Amino acid sequence: MKRNENREGIKGMANPGRYGIERVSYWLMRITGLGLLAYLIGHIYETSSILNGKSVWDSMLQLTQTTQGHIILTLVIGMCVFHTANGIRLMFAHGGFGVGKPTRPDYPYIPNSQNMKNKLCIYASIGVAALAMMYGLSVLFGE
Amino acid sequence: MAEEQSPTEASSKTVTLRIAKSNPEHDSASQFAEFKVPYERWTTVLDAILDVKKHMDHSVAVRYSCRQASCGSCGMKINGRPGLACFTKISELNSDVVTVEPMNNYPIVRDLVVDLEGMFSTHKKMKPFIINEESEVTANTKEFLQTPEQVEEYIQFSNCIKCGLCNSACPTMATDSSFLGPQALTQAYRYVADNRDKGKNERLKIIDESHGIWRCHFAGSCSQVCPKGVDPAMGIQMLRGYLLGFKK
Ligand code: SF4
Repeated sequence: MKRNENREGIKGMANPGRYGIERVSYWLMRITGLGLLAYLIGHIYETSSILNGKSVWDSMLQLTQTTQGHIILTLVIGMCVFHTANGIRLMFAHGGFGVGKPTRPDYPYIPNSQNMKNKLCIYASIGVAALAMMYGLSVLFGE
Repeated sequence: MAEEQSPTEASSKTVTLRIAKSNPEHDSASQFAEFKVPYERWTTVLDAILDVKKHMDHSVAVRYSCRQASCGSCGMKINGRPGLACFTKISELNSDVVTVEPMNNYPIVRDLVVDLEGMFSTHKKMKPFIINEESEVTANTKEFLQTPEQVEEYIQFSNCIKCGLCNSACPTMATDSSFLGPQALTQAYRYVADNRDKGKNERLKIIDESHGIWRCHFAGSCSQVCPKGVDPAMGIQMLRGYLLGFKK
């Protein structure tokens, strides 16, 4: 008998809706991880330009002094702060801490692992990242 | 496809039921057939589908059995989220249109029916039974006594009805066809946490592989769709606690 594959694929994986803030945090964690990896590669490329002499290094530094450069750096600040803060929550959760205790489930079956502590940590990570980005913007775009 | 009206007894409210229809034997693309179905406060999505099947389109393929969230047969995507059709009331969806599709991450057999064979085989891989040389009942064996606290450690996870909704909601399952999945991993935890079981090391070895437990990123969607309160996300994190040495 023939079957049709019905895997959701990247689109389903990346869709942050449908499943609440935990799935949004999963998605942000992946995106910020990839963003930071891209930044790290760019950063290594940028700093290694010093091997080509002072003028190349200076012109490379000039790139970060533009409006686009400032926006990218602000995003990096946000990504870094969110990834760190949410990462600490996840490190604990992955060890089995803060995910609730097994109990006899009762209708309407609210899962203990999706508890308020975890939700608050996610909101706090987003909030702290937003604050850090605002601070970054004020420093980069301030006189 | 054309919209049809159910001839069942008059109800003040009707809903448009969109059913994804596909037959892998003949075509590959899914098409939606629309039906106007009367409903009451207590009408479930499964009732509505069976109403369509009885009065408007006998060819709709749907799997069901107990109609009371015990058998785990009628899992499907209801308005974009995996759910049991017999456990979801039309009235609680707060929508004039209800779209039902086959669960994602399982091959489609026809219309709303998916092939759960992959999930059953990963489930079996977890050795879902008590491993204990003294567990055979003989004339000399007594029953294993457990304290209520020892039972609490695993009883929640033994509620699994193998409906497969958790695997359908899981973002890792969406892209990794070799991932063991929340259903199987939770069942591994169910037995590891049972103090009668002596197969912990065997099971930890099975799940500690590249497409095993480390692919779970605690998105929690599995726990949000589980109709029996199993909370697979919790079970998986606890299980990881054993591998990381936080639990003995
Ligand atoms: S853990 Fe819950 S959602 Fe997953 S198969 Fe078991 S009962 Fe269904």
